Amino acid sequence: MTTETKTLKAACPECDAEIVAAETPFVHEILPCPECGLELEVVVADPLQLLPAPEVEEDWGE
Amino acid sequence: MRASILGGAGYVGGELLRLLADHPDVEVAQVSSGSHTNRFAHTVHPFLRGRSDLRFCDPAALEPCDVLFLAGAHDDAADEVRELEGRARHVVDLSARFRLRSAADWREWYGTEHAAPEYLERFVYGLPELHRDELIGARFASGVGCNATASILALLPLARAGLIERAVVDLKVGSSEAGARASAGGQHPARARAVRTYAATGHRHQAEIRQELGDFELSFTATAVDLVRGVACTAHVFPTEAVSEKELWGLYREHYRSEPFVRIVKERHGLYRYPEPKLLAGTNYCDVGFEVDECTGRIVVMSAIDNLMKGAAGSAVQSMNLMCGFEEARGLGFAGLHPV
Repeated sequence: MTTETKTLKAACPECDAEIVAAETPFVHEILPCPECGLELEVVVADPLQLLPAPEVEEDWGE
Repeated sequence: MRASILGGAGYVGGELLRLLADHPDVEVAQVSSGSHTNRFAHTVHPFLRGRSDLRFCDPAALEPCDVLFLAGAHDDAADEVRELEGRARHVVDLSARFRLRSAADWREWYGTEHAAPEYLERFVYGLPELHRDELIGARFASGVGCNATASILALLPLARAGLIERAVVDLKVGSSEAGARASAGGQHPARARAVRTYAATGHRHQAEIRQELGDFELSFTATAVDLVRGVACTAHVFPTEAVSEKELWGLYREHYRSEPFVRIVKERHGLYRYPEPKLLAGTNYCDVGFEVDECTGRIVVMSAIDNLMKGAAGSAVQSMNLMCGFEEARGLGFAGLHPV
């Protein structure tokens, strides 16, 4: 018996890069964009929907 | 393949020796220096100690070779190329002399008549990101201006898309740009902790940018800062039409996705979110990042290079690889140091 692996894709809302989840992710899981590095939160797993993950603002002091 | 370097005692000559020492397809046959003749090359370039027994030869003693790099000042290069072209199958001239295609442009920006105008059309501007197809198998390639390289690679995708109405390019540059010869501005008391604008207008590298990117209003200012190697370029672009960051991502990704030495650096996390020259010391990379000012529509493009590498010897070796049929990135694999 073979198990078919489902590939889920979505576009990064920041840079439009293709985000690929090899396995069905969990809702609230964090996926970083491989191109711009934005951390994305899974809001719907299938079909994959992503939104920028909330983050604590840093004080760069520069 | 046998390569020789004419004028190899300067910083760019040293970088060529460092790169070619690890190039699997190239053996350095000779390196000349008028001021260091007969001395071991490692007495000037210490990284060669224990790795090379090369001695500087008299420039007149250069023998025929496959590739000849001219790494001296541009004041000498025109006569040299006329005399030396018969001694090498390929010539890469890292001076400014053959970067411009027009003798009139040379006169305007360098203030003298060109000594060998018949060669201007024969040289390919040695930046593979612009002239890869022409460099393949070429006989002659020029070097590139370091500040011009940082500016050109920052602006290229926007220029090709016709999106630049006006660009204000501000460069912060390291002391090795001035070369190894002593100068008043290079004295330690003058250079240490300097933040000194030395070319508010009129920098010669503008001519290369105009030639390679076409016609738009270009302003250019260079400031010497307390770096040994490195150029940090900040280009303020006032576009012909509004552009979103997502569109910029698409544009820069399209241009640079396949480039072995240009990386988009625009991170959301970590310390190094935008291009930073100190991380590129010794590498052939040009890092490019961008941001749109949502209030004004201004596009800020940042780029960084090592002036002696992507801005000189690195691009020259990359060009040589194309000219000679080697894999383009051969000998240029150093990834840099961190922390540094």
